Amino acid sequence: MNTVTATARAEVPPPGSAVEPFIHLAGVSKVYRSGRKEHLAISDATFDVMPGDLVALVGPSGCGKSTLLKILAGLHGHDQGTVRIGSPAHPFDPARDIGMVFQSPLLLKWRRILDNVLLPAELLGIPMAAAKERARELLALVGLTGYEDKYPYELSGGMQQRAAIARSLIHDPKLVLMDEPFGALDALTREKMNLELLRIWKESGKTIVFVTHGISEAVFLGSRVVVFTAGPARMADNFEIQLPHPRTLDMKTQEQFGVYTRRIYRLLGME
Amino acid sequence: MDLLNSKLGRYTLGVVAHLLLLLCWYLFVRLGEVPRFVMPSPADTLAALFVSDYGWWANTAVTATEIFGGYALALVVGVLLALLFTWSKTLEALMLPLLVTLNMIPKVALGPLIIVWFKYGVFPNSMMAFSIAVFPILLTTARGLREIEPDLLDLVRSLRGSRWQLFTKIQLPGALPYVFAGMKVAAILAVAGAIVGEFLGSDRGLGYLMLQVQVTLDTPAMFMAVILITLLGMLLYGLVMLLEHLFVVKDARVS
Repeated sequence: MNTVTATARAEVPPPGSAVEPFIHLAGVSKVYRSGRKEHLAISDATFDVMPGDLVALVGPSGCGKSTLLKILAGLHGHDQGTVRIGSPAHPFDPARDIGMVFQSPLLLKWRRILDNVLLPAELLGIPMAAAKERARELLALVGLTGYEDKYPYELSGGMQQRAAIARSLIHDPKLVLMDEPFGALDALTREKMNLELLRIWKESGKTIVFVTHGISEAVFLGSRVVVFTAGPARMADNFEIQLPHPRTLDMKTQEQFGVYTRRIYRLLGME
Repeated sequence: MDLLNSKLGRYTLGVVAHLLLLLCWYLFVRLGEVPRFVMPSPADTLAALFVSDYGWWANTAVTATEIFGGYALALVVGVLLALLFTWSKTLEALMLPLLVTLNMIPKVALGPLIIVWFKYGVFPNSMMAFSIAVFPILLTTARGLREIEPDLLDLVRSLRGSRWQLFTKIQLPGALPYVFAGMKVAAILAVAGAIVGEFLGSDRGLGYLMLQVQVTLDTPAMFMAVILITLLGMLLYGLVMLLEHLFVVKDARVS
């Protein structure tokens, strides 16, 4: 099984250069201050993300996984440690190489689906004709062909989240950050969206950081899982998931899958 | 059952309800032998419209001018102030508590003052309509502009979107449903404001006419005046609804 993980990486480094991580975090911590009170939001975050990886950050509420996502998005600063995104082979522009998907689809109610997908392109001033072309391709990628001219309320929750994923890819970002994107969906839709996300990830070749509190979801999706614990908020573990791709739902019943999930349950003090 | 489920069916029921009210009115006056000066029949009321001395057209036009003029001003001032507040937090923190207090003043109580300041006529009555209609528009618009999803803000910031982009692409269209919610409340209030103004001091308009015919106990004319005022209100409200229909996506409307 070990041999399969090498092919899991979508991007091959150019000849002659060693595989450098796309994201490098070392000893990252952040403290929120309000008045005299200090609240440790995240500590000890040390892990690398290779180009084209799908890394799942898992942990309970208040463990700092969402904070870390915001640090990666450049929305928050950090107090200690090193955060480096990009490498000579994969340069990173923080102003336009970030795509974001949240728990709520956050589609603009007054815009049709196609125009919703185009929002980041408008913000970045990307030429509209080319962007529209790409938006249609992306809607096809997420399985929403035929819904371009619908309004968000005409789509189900799962379909709205598909549109949000298409929106996160419109400006062709190198890094896509997802904050519990399927957390509000029902269990069956969620399973379906997990499979869809793996397919979209493979086809787009993006590096994805995926925050979830679903342990099984983290193992199923991640080529790597980073575990966080709360009280105090810190990173507790970081390991590769050596399950072959493409992943199928029956893998969840395999012994190796159970080994991974038990490892996380134990870290979270639930076993 | 079909009547309830189709749009046409619902309209039909609405019309039927109005006709039933007319019928009840007619039967009550006819069978109860109610004197004309207490309650005129629908026919008597309609007949009042043909008393040319009353200058229905001119008076309706005056009242309409007051209502629509005051309302239009309230819309412009209300929305502009709300926009100012979103651009300056200090201004908002300074002005909003004051506006809430001002909103508590019963605007009707300002009537005598408005007459002192502006004499009487179309302008002071428009001011009356304005003063009562501006607050709901201002307060709901300000609220609409404030309501912005934190995650959406993050999305824009992660792409280094400008303040202006945030404003034009998200805040402003997002606030539109709230503007309309305020406009609907204000439409009803503007009509009341104009009429109260006419009651307090004026020489023209439907409210003024009501006071004139009250002296001669011409109740049918008073009824007719009330009906015309109501129709003016419905016209304004309908106009707002029409605009909302055109500019706000169904799902985004605030009731």
